[in-house]
Amino acid sequence: MKATKEQADEYKRLVMRRSPRPAILRNALWAFGVGGTICAVGQFFLNLALLGGLPLTEAVPLVAGVMIAIGAALTGLGVYDRIGKRAGMGAALPITGFANSIASAAMEFRREGLLLGVGARLFTIAGPVIVYALAAGLVVALIRMLVSGPAGS
Amino acid sequence: MMSFVLAFVVGGLICVLAQLTLDLGTNLTPAHVMVLFVVLGAVASGLGLYEPLIEFAGAGASVPLPAFGHALVKGMLKGAAEKGLSGLLAGGLTGTALGLTVAILAGLAMALVARPKG
Amino acid sequence: MTTKKNGQTIGFSNPPAVLGAAAVVGPKEGAGPLAGWFDVVKADRLLGMKSWEQAETKMVEEAVNLALAKAKVRHQDVDFFLGGDLLNQIVVTSFAARTLDVPFFGLYGACATVAEALALAAVLVDGGFAVNVALASSSHHDTAERQYRFPAEFGIQRPVTAQWTATAVGAAVVGPHGKGKVQVTHVTVGRVVDYGQKDPMDLGAAMAPAAADTIARHFEDTGRDPEAYDLILSGDLAAVGHPLCVELLERKGLRLDNRFVDCGLMLYDDTQEPVAGASGCGCSASVFAGYLFKNLEQGRFKRVLLVPTGALHSPTSCQQGESIPCVAHAVVLERSG
Repeated sequence: MKATKEQADEYKRLVMRRSPRPAILRNALWAFGVGGTICAVGQFFLNLALLGGLPLTEAVPLVAGVMIAIGAALTGLGVYDRIGKRAGMGAALPITGFANSIASAAMEFRREGLLLGVGARLFTIAGPVIVYALAAGLVVALIRMLVSGPAGS
Repeated sequence: MMSFVLAFVVGGLICVLAQLTLDLGTNLTPAHVMVLFVVLGAVASGLGLYEPLIEFAGAGASVPLPAFGHALVKGMLKGAAEKGLSGLLAGGLTGTALGLTVAILAGLAMALVARPKG
Repeated sequence: MTTKKNGQTIGFSNPPAVLGAAAVVGPKEGAGPLAGWFDVVKADRLLGMKSWEQAETKMVEEAVNLALAKAKVRHQDVDFFLGGDLLNQIVVTSFAARTLDVPFFGLYGACATVAEALALAAVLVDGGFAVNVALASSSHHDTAERQYRFPAEFGIQRPVTAQWTATAVGAAVVGPHGKGKVQVTHVTVGRVVDYGQKDPMDLGAAMAPAAADTIARHFEDTGRDPEAYDLILSGDLAAVGHPLCVELLERKGLRLDNRFVDCGLMLYDDTQEPVAGASGCGCSASVFAGYLFKNLEQGRFKRVLLVPTGALHSPTSCQQGESIPCVAHAVVLERSG
């Protein structure tokens, strides 16, 4: 039995009326706290790199690499999922979350073998981010070049 | 030190924005929000806003995902300035190559040494 | 065989008996409010196996063997094995059937599978086609997550409407009328109901209309009132779906009051994981095999209505923009004498 559009819409209104709301304030506080902490840890490594004489433009990618490694390690230790379920985007948005999505997929699909499991499904969650960041990046770069000439930066 | 406070606050605020987008938006999953924010990072980069943010807040701007979008744009523009079209196309991944390489290899490493515990 | 059918409901004149039942659950379920009612509580979800799927298969085998032992029915006397789980190709149940080595009917009813199995087992026995029928229905948190949702170690924050797939198995043996005190007297076979809900993280809302449809149908077919039952249990409508179902039933003129509870809300308490409640085939199956069966056997309940609902989407149907059709099957369990 498939409900008519009217019935389905009416039910949808009932569901939305009765749906529990997310704990917006609590989620925001957790996201702030955990996201901020992860960034503070990144800052520690950034300061080290800068003190070591690296210019900012080289230190930033290096720190990204370090944070990614940390995210992967915490995933391997089975800790990142516990952080993520409380912190929400505070754990998913930093680059450590990106690493977590790749590492967790790799670990999970190991059961289907190294080739068809790990290799094929590594980017199950992170894939969309890479694809659309690249696409958006190209569009933005092209527009930027059109606006301010090829050397504009 | 001040750098830590700035990183904590700015990084925290970017994450809060993402969390609010998730909680207040209808039918948005974390994956949607991650893609949205990385695209916003690219846009902010094109507008010349993201690099100054990194100079101001350090890791508070360079660790969250929008920085990935920024790094792609920055790399593409740099490549375009140096080598024209081929530089434009190659520049994005070149600029983010370190992070992506670490991510893939670290993921593989975890698959080899660790088991999911659920 | 003078069994009658009215509408969607079959009423057995000589109701088959549930000879025995066993519930094998994971640590989270074993730490919840119904802890004491389960037969076996496992210490972890992997059980030393190489995959989550193998662990779930092992739990199914253990539950069926235990149910047979409690029913005092030997393997060689089992005519058919009916079962299902949440996984693609019901792979866990099929592999368990391989071990059990009994003629096998694989079933898919998602979270309503235990009721579907009980119904069909009763029909087989009542029709004189079988003497003893074994059945099982299972789910496992990690096998469900990796198929439908995310890798185990992914740091996802679940929305408040999300439910936790129970790691649990409920198994039972159905046999001839008179061989046991707990009987299957009626079954109401549900039809698939779809009210256009599309969010796979909010299955309670998707399932409520199907549950309400079958429950209303049951009362109409049998001519009974809710007061005829000590307890009416939905499967895993949980915190979002259960109140919706109550409202939908009220609109149909049915007031179930406090006798209407939900297995998904009974399985965990508030301190365990901030989600809307439990879900999965094993949720209703283990509550049936552990809590319900024992209470009926011991005479604390006289007559109950078990109405679990299954969400019939696939891992990709929602991504293709489809809504989530659901089905609810009802089984009346009654203690004779």
